[in-house]
Amino acid sequence: MQTPDPKQYEALSIEASAVRRQHGVWQRVRRNWSVRIAGAMLTVLVAVALAAPWLGTVDPTLFDPGSRDLVPGKTGEITTLNGETITHTFRMGSDSLGRDIYSRVIYGTRVSLIVGVLCALLALALGIVCGLASGYLRWLDGILMRCMDGLMAIPAILIAIALVAMWRGSLATVIVAIAIPEIPRVTRLVRSLVLSIREEPYVEAAISLGTPTWKILFGHILPNCIAPLVVQGTFICAFSILVEAILSFLGVGLPPDIPTWGNVMAEGRQQFNDYPHNIFFPGVFLAITVLAVNILGDGLRDTLDPKMAKRV
Amino acid sequence: MSVLEVRELSIALPPGSDRREAASRVSFSVERGEIVCLVGESGSGKSVIAQGVMGLLPKGLPVTGGTILLEGEGITHASQSRLRELRCTRMSMVFQEPMTALNPVMGCGDQLDEVLREHTRLSPAERRRKILDIVREVRLPDPERMVGSYPHQLSGGQRQRIMIAMALVLEPALLIADEPTTALDVTTQAQILKLIQDLQARHGTGVLFITHDFGVVAEIAHRVAVLRLGELVEFGAKDKVLKQPRHDYTRMLIGSVPTLKPHARPAEAGAPVVLATRGLSKTYRDRSWFAKRREVPAAVDVTLEVRKGQTLGIVGESGSGKSTVARCIVRLIDPSGGEVLLGGEDIATMPAGRLRPLRRRMQIVFQDPYRSLNPRRTVLEAIIEGPLNYGVARAAAVERARKLMELVRMDPESLGRYPHQFSGGQRQRICIARALAMEPELLIADEAVSALDVSVQAQVLALLEEIRERLHLAMLFITHDLRVAAQVCDHVAVMSQGRVVEYGPAAQVFGAPRHAYTRTLLEAAPGRDFAFGAS
Repeated sequence: MQTPDPKQYEALSIEASAVRRQHGVWQRVRRNWSVRIAGAMLTVLVAVALAAPWLGTVDPTLFDPGSRDLVPGKTGEITTLNGETITHTFRMGSDSLGRDIYSRVIYGTRVSLIVGVLCALLALALGIVCGLASGYLRWLDGILMRCMDGLMAIPAILIAIALVAMWRGSLATVIVAIAIPEIPRVTRLVRSLVLSIREEPYVEAAISLGTPTWKILFGHILPNCIAPLVVQGTFICAFSILVEAILSFLGVGLPPDIPTWGNVMAEGRQQFNDYPHNIFFPGVFLAITVLAVNILGDGLRDTLDPKMAKRV
Repeated sequence: MSVLEVRELSIALPPGSDRREAASRVSFSVERGEIVCLVGESGSGKSVIAQGVMGLLPKGLPVTGGTILLEGEGITHASQSRLRELRCTRMSMVFQEPMTALNPVMGCGDQLDEVLREHTRLSPAERRRKILDIVREVRLPDPERMVGSYPHQLSGGQRQRIMIAMALVLEPALLIADEPTTALDVTTQAQILKLIQDLQARHGTGVLFITHDFGVVAEIAHRVAVLRLGELVEFGAKDKVLKQPRHDYTRMLIGSVPTLKPHARPAEAGAPVVLATRGLSKTYRDRSWFAKRREVPAAVDVTLEVRKGQTLGIVGESGSGKSTVARCIVRLIDPSGGEVLLGGEDIATMPAGRLRPLRRRMQIVFQDPYRSLNPRRTVLEAIIEGPLNYGVARAAAVERARKLMELVRMDPESLGRYPHQFSGGQRQRICIARALAMEPELLIADEAVSALDVSVQAQVLALLEEIRERLHLAMLFITHDLRVAAQVCDHVAVMSQGRVVEYGPAAQVFGAPRHAYTRTLLEAAPGRDFAFGAS
C-alpha cells in the first residue's frame, strides 16, 4: 500500500498551522456591559448588607413610642436594649411603632440577598439531581417528570404559602418553601440538556472507556450544562427575592420582628396615604436588587449561550 | 465574453483571524457551457469566493480589491437591488445541505413559484407549467406530487434536485454549486453530478463547482482552480492539473487521494479471531400506547469476523446499518438478537457489571473530532480517564499518556491544553491516543477519517495503519468511502439496508464484485477511472 510519508504532509498541510483561537469565557463575561453594571450594583448591595451596623443604623428591632410616624430626615429619640435613650436621625422616617425604617431597610438587604442566593442554590441543587436522574435513567423519567408536572400545575406563590403555613415561618422554611416550586423548572432544563448531551460522542467514548455512570453524569454531562444553569440561577434568585417580599407583605412569610423589605412594606400598608415613605424606600431597594440580578442574568445569557457567542 | 470573470479578487478576514485575507488576488474565469471546479481543503476560501460572486458575503468579510464581471457587467460593488435582480435570473447557487437551504414550512412548489413571482410577470397558469417542466427536467418522479410536498417528505437527493430546479428555472448564465453532493450518498452523488452535467450541456450554463473531492473533479470538471489558504495556486485544464500538477500543494493533494485499487498486503490466514458476530440483529421499536407499533430493522443477521493484526472494513451508504453494527459491538446500544463474541465470550446480552472489565479490550474512535472530546476537559484528562477507571495509578497513566502522544505524533507538552485549541486532525489523533490508552485488542474506527480534509485524512490513515502494524491490533473500519476502504482493509463487508450483501477479501470485493449492489457502489465512485495517489 502507498503510505504517504506523514512528515512531508505535515509540513504542507493547512491543518498543522491552523489552531483555532478562542477567547476565554470569563474574558467575554468580563467585557459584557450588562454584567459589569449589574455586577457593580450587586457589589454595592452586598457591601451594604455586610456593613449594615456601621452605616449609621441602630438595631432594627428597636422602637420608641415617642418617635412614631416621623417623616424622612427628622431627628428623634430611640430606646436601646439597655434602656438608654439616644437621639437618632431617621433618614427614611419611622413607622407606626417608632422603628427606624432606614435601619430596617439596610438590614433587610441581608435577608433578601440570603433568601435569593440560597433559594437559587437549593432549587439548582435539587433540580440538577432530579434532571440528571430523569435525563439519564430512562426508567425514572416518566415517574419523575409527572411529579414535576404536578408541581408545576400549582402556582408557585400558593405552594409557598401552603408550605410556610404548614411549617411556621422562619428563614429556613421560607427559603425551602420558595425553592420547591422552582425545582421543576430547573429539572426540565437539566433534563433537556442531558438528553442532548448524552448523545454526544464524548459521552459514548466515556461509556466505552468503562467510566461509571455517576462519573459520566457529574464529570462529563453536568460541566457542559453549567452555562444555562448559571443563567437560570440568576432568574430564580431575582424571583425568590420578589416572592419573599410578597410572602412577607401578605403576612405569611418571615415573622414581623425580622426586618425584611416585605415586612416593612406590609406594616406601611395601612398608612400609605399619609406616610408613603414606609413603602417607598423598601420598594426602591427591592426594585434595584431584582433589576440588578435580572440584568446580570441577561448579560450572562448573552455571553455564555453558545449560540449567541458565535457572533463575529 | 466569459460568463464569469474574477480578476485579482481579495476578500479580507476580520482582525484576529489566523490570516489577513480569506482570498488574496484570486483570478479565474468561467466560460459558457463550461464547468470550472474550485478545489481546496477546508479554510481555503473557496466558499467565500462563491459568496463574494453572489454578493452574499457577511459584513465581517469585505471585498478589498479586484473585480467580478458577470457577462461583462461589473458586480463587485453592485447595489443590493441590482444583485437581487441578477440572482436567479443570471446567476444562481446550489448549497451543500438541501434540508437547510429549503424552507421547511413551505411546499417545494411554492418555493419554486416564489422565484418566478419575484422575477417574471408570468400568469399563475404559466408559472405552474414552467414549474412542472423544470421539475420534470431535473428528473424527479411524479412531478405533481413533488411540487405539492414539503422538503422533509423528500429524500436528500430529491431535495437537492428541487434546489437545482430552483436555481435553473430562469435559465441563468452562471450556476454556482457549493459542495452540492457532499451531504449525499455516493450513488445519489453520481446521479446528481450526471444531472448537473446534462443540464449544463443542454442550456450552455457556465458552472462554478466548489468541492474538496478530487474524485468529483475528475468526474465533471473542464477546468480546475486549486486554492490554498486563499491563494490560487494552480488554474488550468482538468487533465493538465490532475495529471501534471505544477504546484507542490496540488501534487500533495492528488497524492493524498486514496486509490480504488485494494492494497496487496498478504493477510495472515491463521491469525486468531479477536471479535466475531453471529447473526447480530438490531431492531428499533417505536413504543407508543396508541399508534401501531413500528419496527425498523437496522441490522439483520450480521455475521463477521475480525482477526488479530487485520482490518475488516464495513462499507455502505447512510442508513445501511454499518454504524449500528459498530455500536452493538461495543454495546453502546443493546443488540436485539445474535451473538457478539469477544475472544470467544458472548457479550451481546452480558449485564453491564460483567461487561465493564471487558470494555477495555475494544475501543472506538468516532467520526466527528469536534464532538468526540469533552470541551471542558484537558487532553490529559481525556487520555487518562480510561486507565484511571481500571485502577492504573495516576503517575503511570500520565507517563503513558505522554508516550501515546508521541505515538500519534503530537507534542506531549500540549497535554494540558483543551480540545478547542487543536485542529480536527489533531483531535482525531488525540481520540486515537485515548482509545489506545486502554491497550485494546480491537480498535473500531467509525467513519474516523470522514470529517477530515484529504491531506489530513491521509496522515490519520497512515497513523492508524502504523499503529495496527506496531501493536498488532485487530481493526474494524467503518466507512462510506470506497477509496478509504480499498486502502486500509484486508476484508470488506458491504452492507445495504441492514444486511451484509457481500463479504470477502478486499481484492475480491473490489476486483470482482459478485453482488449487484457492490457493483453499483463501485460504479458510482467519482473519478473511478482516474489513477489517484500513484504519483
